[in-house]
Amino acid sequence: MRIRVDRERCVGAGMCVLTAADYFEQDDEDGRVVLLADEAEDCDTAIADAAALCPAGAITLR
Amino acid sequence: MSASETVPYGIPLDRETPFDPPAAVMALHRGAEMRRLRYHPNGDLGWLVTSHRLARKVLADPRFSARLGSPVQVPIPMPGIEAYADFEGDFPATPGMFIEMDPPDHTRLRRKLTGVFTVKRMKALEPRIERHVQDRLDALAAGPRPADLVAQFAVPVPSMMICELLGVPYERRDRFEADSRALFTIDAGAGAKEAAMNALFAFLGELAAAKRAAPTDDLLSDLAADPDLSEAEVAGMAALLLIAGHETTAKMLALGTMALLENRDQWDLLRGRPDLMAGAVEELLRYLTIIHTGLIRQVKTDFEFEGHQIKAREYVTVSVQTANRDEAHFIEPDRLDVTADAKGHLTFGHGVHQCLGQQLARMEMRIAFAGLIGRLPGLRLAVPAHEVPLVTGQSFYGVAELPVTW
Repeated sequence: MRIRVDRERCVGAGMCVLTAADYFEQDDEDGRVVLLADEAEDCDTAIADAAALCPAGAITLR
Repeated sequence: MSASETVPYGIPLDRETPFDPPAAVMALHRGAEMRRLRYHPNGDLGWLVTSHRLARKVLADPRFSARLGSPVQVPIPMPGIEAYADFEGDFPATPGMFIEMDPPDHTRLRRKLTGVFTVKRMKALEPRIERHVQDRLDALAAGPRPADLVAQFAVPVPSMMICELLGVPYERRDRFEADSRALFTIDAGAGAKEAAMNALFAFLGELAAAKRAAPTDDLLSDLAADPDLSEAEVAGMAALLLIAGHETTAKMLALGTMALLENRDQWDLLRGRPDLMAGAVEELLRYLTIIHTGLIRQVKTDFEFEGHQIKAREYVTVSVQTANRDEAHFIEPDRLDVTADAKGHLTFGHGVHQCLGQQLARMEMRIAFAGLIGRLPGLRLAVPAHEVPLVTGQSFYGVAELPVTW
């Protein structure tokens, strides 16, 4: 699946980094999401969790 | 039939047991996901949302505004409430207090701070938190027994840490501890709260001015140097961090310790399995839900939501404590199980206002609980559990004292 992030929606809560650190990082300056890889296996539950837990709905999976 | 006879007024706070939400609140939750609630003795109506599903929906929906039209911010009977016409007027947001604001005002201020509270930055603080925890444990272990875990451990650890991060001298805590307590004491009265807020602004404003003249390596110096922020905004942001940064974690550390001691198998399990600690902290956050008065929003326009007609100026309270005990989302939610999957708990909120300091709180709790269990494995309550004084009259639920021995 493809991972997309919307940095305008991101509120820098860090839930994605806490949940799937291999795919998400926070910008050192403003704390907003930085995508480390935009492709993941469909069965990767950590990615699905990260998208579901994002408080701002900034992560979409396709 | 008048609405005031059938619609409950306010959220019940009195508990039957220390770790479970009041039975009356759980009964409201079982009856409906969302219901009418009276917010004021004059009969003003609003809403109470109790399910996990709808709690998430409301908190993520910008139509539910964090800008409240009244200084009376909780639907709880309190002295002097009659003085406020609850649904009228426009109560201005306190400068810098971005939890009371909506985007884009909220976004502008929050983004000044998100870089400071990232997972990575909090991880880098680990040795400093560890040092505070060990210092407090040294003092505790060397002192008399029984000891009060609240005063000796649960309050000082997060308080010292947020002071260090902000650049507020911990020795001057007499200038902020009583005032911040007044702000989250439900029935302190609007006058006392305003005075406390003014005193905090004065103290932090002075400190910010000093740091503007002679910067030090801390957050308050950075905020004070930011040309985009007014002096009042800097003081307000610092006040928010100071208030939110110590009392919440303090309540969790003391109540969490009590919950583990009263579920001794869970305490013992963590003794042998430090790898369980991260999950245990999430489970304690879910199970204890110290945000017992809920999260409150106000709608600014009429709209339909989940089959209900919501009217402009009505309040909506999201009951986090029932959402975190919702069987539709969590397995066996009324049991404390440090190995359970507590993912998706709403103790830090949801939506754009989700707790900015949550990664700091997590780090503090993991290190503090692990330190306590490692250093004093034989810790136990020094009084019967039912004699531990509970605090229900503040925005954050917890214990006033926790007498322990070992």
